[in-house]
Amino acid sequence: MHKHFAETHRCASLQKNNKIKTEYADMQEKIKISEFNRETLDLVNQIIKRYPQGRQKSALLPVLHIAQSENNGWLSPEMMDYVASILDIQPIEVYEVASFYSMFNLKPVGNCVIEVCQTGPCWLNGADKILSHFETRLGIKPGETTADGMFTLKTVECLAACGNAPVILVGTEYHENLTTEKADNLIQKWKRQKKISHTNPYL
Amino acid sequence: MATQILLKNIDVPGLADFQVYRKLGGYAAAEKALKTLTPDQVTEEVKKSGLKGRGGAGFPTGMKWSFIDKQSEKAKYLVCNYDESEPGTFKDRHIGQLNPHQLIEGMILGSYALGANTAYIYIRGELFYVLKIIEKAIQETYKNGFLGENILGSGYSLDLYCHPGAGAYICGEETALLESLEGKRGNPRIKPPFPAIVGLYGSPTVVNNVETIAALPWIVNNGSEAYAAIGIGNSKGTKLISACGHINKPGIYEIELGLPVEEFIYSDEYCGGIRNGNKLKAVVAGGSSVPILPASLILKTAAGEPRLMSYESLADGGFQTGTMLGSGGFIVMDHTTCIVKNLLTFARFYRHESCGQCSPCREGTSWMEKILTRIENGQGTMKDIDLLVDIAKHVEGNTICPLGDAAAWPVASAIRHFREEFEEHVKLQKCPF
Repeated sequence: MHKHFAETHRCASLQKNNKIKTEYADMQEKIKISEFNRETLDLVNQIIKRYPQGRQKSALLPVLHIAQSENNGWLSPEMMDYVASILDIQPIEVYEVASFYSMFNLKPVGNCVIEVCQTGPCWLNGADKILSHFETRLGIKPGETTADGMFTLKTVECLAACGNAPVILVGTEYHENLTTEKADNLIQKWKRQKKISHTNPYL
Repeated sequence: MATQILLKNIDVPGLADFQVYRKLGGYAAAEKALKTLTPDQVTEEVKKSGLKGRGGAGFPTGMKWSFIDKQSEKAKYLVCNYDESEPGTFKDRHIGQLNPHQLIEGMILGSYALGANTAYIYIRGELFYVLKIIEKAIQETYKNGFLGENILGSGYSLDLYCHPGAGAYICGEETALLESLEGKRGNPRIKPPFPAIVGLYGSPTVVNNVETIAALPWIVNNGSEAYAAIGIGNSKGTKLISACGHINKPGIYEIELGLPVEEFIYSDEYCGGIRNGNKLKAVVAGGSSVPILPASLILKTAAGEPRLMSYESLADGGFQTGTMLGSGGFIVMDHTTCIVKNLLTFARFYRHESCGQCSPCREGTSWMEKILTRIENGQGTMKDIDLLVDIAKHVEGNTICPLGDAAAWPVASAIRHFREEFEEHVKLQKCPF
């Protein structure tokens, strides 16, 4: 019994160690990909120059948008640290901002993030129906990602396109006057295209 | 047909191109101002025009400009508030997307008047595609000599940049916007000092809405008197109304202030009446924050006068029987609408968007959403209705910025005018719709 426990414990501990190793390797991998390429760095530098000298922190929101697009649609701690180093600010200054704004994802997301507006004017025009349609078709609830990593469903507040309600946003694309048929066509199209919604918004 | 100042050429193909805009008389106002008017003369024109801030607060634009400390040795800034996110409001998106040069020309005029050599357009992050259209237009404007060093040889220089937000309604509040532009969380600042004294980077700053700025070229071209001749009372000029909800023709309409509300809702020139021939139940006339009014009070004031689309007429009767023009986000509801559920979506919105700085707003918005969810789901009590009124009362006026008021007013007004419907939810223990 004791031996069995010890054996199991040893296995678990080994597994844990291996897991740590794997996570460490993953992290190393992430740190590597956290570095922007030349083209992206040029864009970032060009954006920093829009603000007075010493006010480079102003570039934080635009740079976080770019960073998120370069990091599979979410901001990992490593990526945020990297952004802090680029802008010469403390990592906490990045974390507190990233966690404030709803467009920044602090957890991994699917390739294609579907944001469904649910505020008054969209609700008046059937946003509930559209949301539950996406839930049924994708088999996930808001905040979840499909098992194949293709889609993440999100609810969002007013997208300022109320005249064409109901509305969804995918990356930088608005899809308006949505119907369940249109939603089906879009899902099919995105699957076919292997749609990635987190492309660099400046390019 | 009403005078069109903002939408006049909106359907012209290629209007977003510099040359197309220029051929239609674009940048004539910038030329006129830089070559023949002093900055103070431009400010004076705007003051006399009676133009008010079109973002919702309706503060006189020229007066706001005159608070700028011109003697200050610090840089001055003009910042365009393009953080359009008040539910029901979708007018500004249209301007930047289809007519970016009118906005840019307005930015040149405003910046010149204020003595600003750097200006920013803060645009909500979701509208990145519009940001790109504007950035392209800005580049063209530089190439054509209307931005950059020594514009038209006038000695005046201006740099103009776009800056994206990242999903936060609160950044539409001007001091939160400035915080956000400085790369921080969008927490509104305590006022005073106002941005005109201590704004962006501690410098004198004016923040103006897109529509306000886009009206400037017309005012400079045609003169303040021509602008002030449009409208009614202290509601001068034209206003974009973004109409949505249960109407036949949702969209963006430029009206001369003073148009009867009834004509706006039922005329084919505007909303074209209620969908499916349904009956009008209620209207939120100026974006989700303003008090909701039942059909009887939106069409006529309590005194029986026709209600007009103007600052004064919509506010007639105070909050007891009136509302506000606000941002011009006009949300129409027909008789099939559950007022409680609609209010619940607004309450959820404000809970989501509260920055969390002030406890009355942070806690109050969350409580209001919870209680409304309870009532909508048939689990509310009669006491809950009074509790909502009580919470709204304690949120209103007790916060650093107006988001608290904006969250409280819809709740208070919905119960004021539709109390029976809340009671019905409680009695039936379900939503009757």
